[in-house]
Amino acid sequence: MQYPFDSEYIIKKKKSIKRTLLADGSTRLKKRIAVFGGSTTNAIVDYLELFLLDQGIEPEFYQSEYAQYWQDAMFPSEELIEFKPDIVWIHTTNRNITSYPTTADSREDVAGLVEKEYTKFEQMWQKISETYHCPIIQNNFEMPFYRLMGNKDCSDYRGRSNFVTRLNTKFYEYSEKTEGFYINDINFISASFGLKEWSDPSYWNMYKYAMCFDAIPEFSFNLSNIIKSVFGKNKKALALDLDNTLWGGVVGDDGVDGIQIGQETGVSQSYYEFQSYVKSLKSLGIILTVCSKNDHENAIAGLEHPEGALKPDDFIIIKANWENKDRNIVETAAELNILPDAIVFADDNPAEREIVRQQVKGCAVPEMDGVENYITTLDRNGYFEVTNFSADDLKRNEMYKANAQRAAQQASFGDYNEYLRSLEMTAVIDDFIPVYLQRITQLSNKSNQFNVTTKRYTATEMEEVFASGDYIRLYGKLIDKFGDNGVVSVVIGHKNGEVLDMDLWIMSCRVLKRDMEFAMLDKLVSRCREEGIKTVKGYYYPTAKNKMVKDLYGRFGFDKISEDENGNSVWELQVGSYENKCHVIDVHGNDYIN
Amino acid sequence: MDSKVIYSRLNKVFRDVFDDDSIVVNPKTTADDIEDWDSLEHITLINAVEREFKMKFKMGEISGMKNVGEMASIIAERAKK
Repeated sequence: MQYPFDSEYIIKKKKSIKRTLLADGSTRLKKRIAVFGGSTTNAIVDYLELFLLDQGIEPEFYQSEYAQYWQDAMFPSEELIEFKPDIVWIHTTNRNITSYPTTADSREDVAGLVEKEYTKFEQMWQKISETYHCPIIQNNFEMPFYRLMGNKDCSDYRGRSNFVTRLNTKFYEYSEKTEGFYINDINFISASFGLKEWSDPSYWNMYKYAMCFDAIPEFSFNLSNIIKSVFGKNKKALALDLDNTLWGGVVGDDGVDGIQIGQETGVSQSYYEFQSYVKSLKSLGIILTVCSKNDHENAIAGLEHPEGALKPDDFIIIKANWENKDRNIVETAAELNILPDAIVFADDNPAEREIVRQQVKGCAVPEMDGVENYITTLDRNGYFEVTNFSADDLKRNEMYKANAQRAAQQASFGDYNEYLRSLEMTAVIDDFIPVYLQRITQLSNKSNQFNVTTKRYTATEMEEVFASGDYIRLYGKLIDKFGDNGVVSVVIGHKNGEVLDMDLWIMSCRVLKRDMEFAMLDKLVSRCREEGIKTVKGYYYPTAKNKMVKDLYGRFGFDKISEDENGNSVWELQVGSYENKCHVIDVHGNDYIN
Repeated sequence: MDSKVIYSRLNKVFRDVFDDDSIVVNPKTTADDIEDWDSLEHITLINAVEREFKMKFKMGEISGMKNVGEMASIIAERAKK
């Protein structure tokens, strides 16, 4: 189910693929997706379901009656309101444009038409956002399949191609200023597939599909990447093989001077281009690591090749040894405090790929076949699809690097508290402020392990929590002598008389064992006292991933009130007799920032 | 192409698409005989048949086909060329 997938097989076998996926025993996020179609959506939704199941999401769909997208958006039925979508996707295409310019139109007329078409959409987005408070995915428009004026169609204000481009630009402007609004780039996908075949009019005229049938799996896959990214299912790290993956040849055999990388030949240029692509991934906050069967010193020598784009310093972890690769991947995940299923493993050797695929469940292993295909293979798979891009993403590599330095220092201390104090930690723990809302939301969707309730918040829901007086909210940001970790913890409780019910307690695993959770608790208790809260009630709901916090409230000094047969437990703390637990972090409030 | 070969290959496509190994098609088979064969699945079926026989139906043929027999004769006709 990864790119390049076999569309023919997927189309023919969709029913049995679905059965197999559902029976594989994995736990998936359940999400309700409302599909507002301007053309037939049934087959698109069928394949979308398969790709989402493969990406760890079990969708439930609402589909508009044929072409009722506008009516559904503007005048929602009771069924739809009852459905409570987690995300709305508007499937419109250039078949839904109602007022194209004609050659008789003046410049002003056409500007008016652009406005008229656009306003219809903007009204719809606002109505959806007010009604459901959930993210929206909107298709842009693909290019028309014929050009009345030939080449001039794209540049002349009366051209249809020109009109579509102007509408698309307006969509992008809205997207740039609106959180939780994402463009499904069908203009790119149709071009990449081949516009002529894509637009085969028989599919529209016979079945009212806006694209040809063969294009649907690619369309659905591209869309599934946005959805899984919004719901926090992106990959986090890229583990790379070296020989014949990052350069041509085998550094141990051919020597540093013998490997192909740089500008000399077509092959070495292709490897250079791939290295440059990988380096750009790093700037998006993707963690890079090496997983190679090599002597360590040969690996480093290869990475220090003067013609290469990547340097040893670009990698957080370099595993160059003769161990099995599956083991190296599992160890890499453990050292980064991420789960193995958050790793993409890129290797040109099919045998190594197979071992990792078999042994490391959930790890993505793309078919890296031919250096000229490497970039497309990684890129099209959408492993790192960007939906929210926060300042923290930019810094993530630095933070993981600092973590590696901390680990090195830890080894030199006998007493753990002494080590913690040596980190000279400063925290800002306080009520939410707008500048961090995006990161806070992101953290609520990404945290799987240190997360007692696994409650997820959309951007809009988080804004509602922020605006309401019924909650006690805290975010925590941690700085130490190796660097700024950014916002790493979020705690939300809602007030219920003299009781505070905890909705959320999460922390990023990159600050485990730093006593940060105790600093958060200290602050929470002091906020409770200010608000007249006497009791804090904590809830733990087990998932496949959050075992590490099973006894979090126990360690906090809460009493366990109950536990059911599924392991769901309820805990209570009386705040009156509580004494502060964290003594190694210097804690400040929001006034510390700036 | 031998009509026996056509039917045996068609049969395999039908079983894949409708995920039902008990299906046996004959010239008289229509959408009424197969539970999941509705207008939405029809397009999946046509697509899979086209890929199996590496040919394309014309628009008029798709809307005119009344049963599997007519489908098979179009395939046989096309294979002669």
